[in-house]
Amino acid sequence: MPEPDIVDKLSRLALFAELPRTQIESIAHRFDEALFAEGERVLRTGLTGGALYVIVEGEAVIRIEGTERARFGPGEFFGEIGVLIDEVPNADVEAATILRCLAIPGADVKPFLISFPAVMYRMLQTEARRLRVTTEWKTA
Amino acid sequence: MEDGVEAAPFPPGDYDVVVVGSGPGGLQVSHSLSRRGVDHAVISQDDAPGGMFRRFPIFERLISWTRPDAPFERGTREYEWYDHNSLIGENGARALVPEFMDRTFDVPSRAEMEAALIAFTERAGVRVRYGVRWTGTRRDAERFVLETTDGEYRCRFAVFAVGVTEAWPAPIEGAELANHYVKTRSVASYQGKRVVIIGKRNSGFEIANGLLPWAKELVLVSPRPVKIDVLPQSPLRLRYLQPYEEFVRGGAGTYVVDASIVGVQRASGALRVVADGTTWPGRLEFEADDVILATGFRAPLLDLRELGVATVLNDRVPALTPYFESISTPGLFFAGNVTQGSKGPRKHGASPNSTSVNGFRYNARVAADHIADRLGLERSRPELERSELVPFLLAEFCRAPELWIQKNFLARVVTVRDGDLRDEGIVPLEHFLDAGGEDAVAAAIEMDPEAEIHPTLYVRRSGRIAEHELPPHPVHAFDGPEYRRELETILKSVG
Repeated sequence: MPEPDIVDKLSRLALFAELPRTQIESIAHRFDEALFAEGERVLRTGLTGGALYVIVEGEAVIRIEGTERARFGPGEFFGEIGVLIDEVPNADVEAATILRCLAIPGADVKPFLISFPAVMYRMLQTEARRLRVTTEWKTA
Repeated sequence: MEDGVEAAPFPPGDYDVVVVGSGPGGLQVSHSLSRRGVDHAVISQDDAPGGMFRRFPIFERLISWTRPDAPFERGTREYEWYDHNSLIGENGARALVPEFMDRTFDVPSRAEMEAALIAFTERAGVRVRYGVRWTGTRRDAERFVLETTDGEYRCRFAVFAVGVTEAWPAPIEGAELANHYVKTRSVASYQGKRVVIIGKRNSGFEIANGLLPWAKELVLVSPRPVKIDVLPQSPLRLRYLQPYEEFVRGGAGTYVVDASIVGVQRASGALRVVADGTTWPGRLEFEADDVILATGFRAPLLDLRELGVATVLNDRVPALTPYFESISTPGLFFAGNVTQGSKGPRKHGASPNSTSVNGFRYNARVAADHIADRLGLERSRPELERSELVPFLLAEFCRAPELWIQKNFLARVVTVRDGDLRDEGIVPLEHFLDAGGEDAVAAAIEMDPEAEIHPTLYVRRSGRIAEHELPPHPVHAFDGPEYRRELETILKSVG
């Protein structure tokens, strides 16, 4: 194999750190891997039907009105807000490099998180950290 | 020239485009390139057209339908929607599959499909140099060099239509003790055997279905559960129904198990498959006389990875742009089943029908048109009157086979510049959404997570996209007055 298997790649991510390999394998079999070219759009402002993306390799850049607001790397995720509150994205997300993600379609996110509470807890921790940074930034 | 097959066209040399493969993807792309006047060669390692349909499916029956009789005449564009297996040629080279079907089923047999592909090459005049194997690839300045058993072909663009039929080497311990799907023997040799099939996708259930009358015990095992809620709506149900029904109704000797494979081992004259549950806790061991790996296939990319071609779906297929070009090695295009490497906008997680002829025949046309554009060839962009715009889009919503088959993937695009409206033809929706450009509208057909079908209009104005998802209709009559009114309102300020 020229490349590590997708299951190996997923098992290295903090988000899945507490899952046994069999469960990671079932996630890898259930959801598609998506590869984006540098500069390619992953999420589009105002358009419906988004997904939760977990970055496996590469970097994504989040832009609002063309201005860069954040960058995410391996193990981080995006697209969850639109899915969780059923609203269209208010930002564009683009691949800053070749970007490999696990894509969990919007309608599958709730059953996915309920099936894997350890992943949900890790996601909540990340959300809490992001919220704290935003709050600090607003009050600074 | 005899029977439409020329002895050996396309000697090694320099061409604008070289197409590798003579399955449906290669034949369609060659025909579509010819329609645009693109100088190209077609080479194939086989000695006759047909590609995978010369060998597969092993159990001889396709899963995609063709309705020999339909509300529209064979040969019309509208009829294509009723015929998911024929390639799209001009004049006599359309709707060929129904000509060969004996109507035992509404899905053709492998042999009927192969006969239709042979007829396509004859009637569409697609020429192929057969018996030439592509052996390597390199760059030479601005051109690619394809090394073959007949010599070297140089080209600006290469199109690989080489199928996705190479065994995917599943990382399973003891995999060498099992046979892959591609090496499945005649059914009679499995008579009275205990067979474990690793894999629960299309090929796994195809084998299970074929072996039910022969094997004495059948176990299908893989980590992912069968999506029983979506199965009744999938063309794959033909393969799944029988084995799955035996299992869920408690039939003895047929099991469908969700488990991750620990390994395949030798066990006193037989084999043993050890598996850990994914949807249940614990370990199971299955004794078997034969283990078949239905773990999927990959494209035979030869040395293309070394040329920088990035792959996706666990290294099975190249990752492709909306025009089916490698995302990492520009100039290398792909056609056929491998175009599943182009994902489209993925709205609601939708996947296009690019793994079957019905979808990839349109992908091939789109790629051929794009290659012709890149070579600077003139493209016809018919003018539309402003008053024609709404009826034109409504007709596309109702009957465009490209939109209905490649939902949320291909779109009909009309550009608007200073009141000048142009039909740009069928365009990848992802390209329309992301590439920017002049003001335009794109009509697409889309399916929501509840499987409701919506006509959807995207309007691009000053580079910004607005999405207008219209309501579903019980018989998809999207040209009624309510749709007309809604389109007129949306398009009031367009043009």
